[in-house]
Amino acid sequence: MINITIQNIEEETAVLDVQQFEGHSLMEALKSSGYDLLAACGGMALCASCRIEIEKGIGALAEPFGQELDTLDVLPDAAISSRLSCQLKVNQEMDGMHIRIPKS
Amino acid sequence: MHYRCRPVGLFAVFEAGLLKMRCHVVDVLQQVGGQLAEVYPSKPIYDIPGYPEIQARQLIERLMEQIASFRPGYTLGERVESVERQTDGSLVIATNDGTQIACKVLVIAAGLGCFEPRKPNIDDLSKYEGHGVSYMIKDHNVFENKKVVLAGGGDAALDWAILLADIAQKITLVHRGNTFRGSPDSAQKVVDLAKQGKMDLILESNLIAVNGQESLESVLLEGRDKSITELQADYLIPLFGLSPHLGPITNWQLSIDKSAIPVNPVDYSTDSERIYAIGDINTYPGKLNLILCGFHEAALMAQSAFKYVFPDQKLSFKYTTVYGKPTI
Ligand SMILES: Cc1cc2nc3c(=O)[nH]c(=O)nc-3n(C[C@H](O)[C@H](O)[C@H](O)COP(=O)(O)OP(=O)(O)OC[C@H]3O[C@@H](n4cnc5c(N)ncnc54)[C@H](O)[C@@H]3O)c2cc1C
Ligand code: FES
Repeated sequence: MINITIQNIEEETAVLDVQQFEGHSLMEALKSSGYDLLAACGGMALCASCRIEIEKGIGALAEPFGQELDTLDVLPDAAISSRLSCQLKVNQEMDGMHIRIPKS
Repeated sequence: MHYRCRPVGLFAVFEAGLLKMRCHVVDVLQQVGGQLAEVYPSKPIYDIPGYPEIQARQLIERLMEQIASFRPGYTLGERVESVERQTDGSLVIATNDGTQIACKVLVIAAGLGCFEPRKPNIDDLSKYEGHGVSYMIKDHNVFENKKVVLAGGGDAALDWAILLADIAQKITLVHRGNTFRGSPDSAQKVVDLAKQGKMDLILESNLIAVNGQESLESVLLEGRDKSITELQADYLIPLFGLSPHLGPITNWQLSIDKSAIPVNPVDYSTDSERIYAIGDINTYPGKLNLILCGFHEAALMAQSAFKYVFPDQKLSFKYTTVYGKPTI
C-alpha cells in the first residue's frame, strides 16, 4: 500500500492508496482517481496546472530540477513545498505523504 | 462568421473561406496560436498529417499563411465577454474593451479557456489594477519617466525589463529565485544593465504587499532572510505567465460539462442555434483533445454553418484540387 492523504480544492481530506499507479506520475494517479487537476500540458512540466503542495513527507522526494524547476521558479507564489505532480513518480517512499491541491 | 480562436479557430477560418464565408478572429492573447504559442511554441508536434515533425510555432505560421488569402479580421488582446442574440437570430458579441462584432454565426474555439495572467497572492492587489498594477504592456510610452517594478524571472520579465530600461525613470526587476528561467542572452543583458546602473535587480525576494492612496505608490518585498524592503513605484507589472480559465463562457447560457461545451458530433453545434464549439472547448462521446480532431470538427462545422450565412444558396461539396481556392 502507498497511502497518500489528499486535501482537495474544497478542502476535503481523504486517504488514497496509489499502489496501482506505481511508476506512473502522481498527476495521472490523481486524475484517474477523480481529482480536479487541469494538467493542461499533459505532463510536460510546462503549464503548472497540476501543481500540488506537499504538506508532509517532502523529504521522500528528490529536489525539483530541469523543466519542473524552471516552471516552479516563475510562479508568483510557489514555495519550497510546491511541486508539479506530473513530475513525481509514484513510489513506496510516498507512503504517508500529505498533499494539498491548491485553488488555481 | 466570428471565431475565438486558434489553432483550431485558424483552420476554421480556412474551411469557412472555402465556402466564401468571411471570418473575424478574436483572442484575449496579443498573439495568435492559443496553447501552441503560449505553452509550447518550440516543442515538436508529430501527429499533424503531412508533417512528420513540426514545431508548434511553425504550425501556427503555416496556418496563418494558409488563411491569409481569406482576409480574416483580427481583434487581439480582447476577451469576448457577452453574446447577444438579435431578433433575426444573428448575434452580436462584445469584448471587455467595448468592441462589438455582429455575426451570423459564432464559432467558439476557446480551448481550455482564456489565458489570463497568474496573479501574486497579495491583499488589495485588485484595487490597484488599472491604477498602477497591470499584467500586460500595451503601450510602453506610459512608463516614460516613471518608477516601474517588474516581477518575474521568465522571458517576459527579462524582455520588458530590457526594453523599459531606456524608457522608465527607474526599473527594478524582482525575482524570487537567484537565476533566471528566460533565455540566457536576455538574462545576461539584464545582468549587464544592472551592472551599468540602468536597472536594479533584486533577487531571492517576493512581493508581499502594495500600498498607495488612489493609485499605486509603493511595493513591499520580503527577502529570503525575511528582511523587508519598500520600493517607491508608479507601476507594478507582475509577469508570472498565463494560465487558462473558462472565463465569461459560463455566462452565455450554454450547457457546460466539466469546463467543456457539449456539442452534437454531427456538426459540432451547441444547444444554442448559430453557435458552434470546436477544438478543446467542446465535448462529445469519444472526444480527443488533439489538433487533428479540431481540424476535422472545423470542416464539418463550416458545412453546417453555411445555411445561416447564405440561407438562399444551396451548398455543393467541392474539392480544392478541382475548384482551387475561392477569393472573398
Ligand atoms: C504541452 C502541450 C503539448 C501538446 N501536444 C500536442 C500534440 O502533440 N498533438 C496534438 O494534436 N495536440 C497537442 N496538444 C493539444 C493541442 O495544443 C490542443 O488540442 C489545441 O491547442 C486546441 O486548440 P484550440 O484552438 O481548440 O484551443 P487553444 O489552443 O487553447 O486556443 C484557444 C484560444 O482561445 C482564447 N480564448 C478563450 N476564451 C476566450 C474569450 N472569452 N475571449 C477571447 N479569447 C478567448 C484563448 O486565449 C486561446 O488563445 C498539446 C497541448 C499542450 C499544452
Ligand atoms: S501537467 Fe502541465 S505542468 Fe504538470
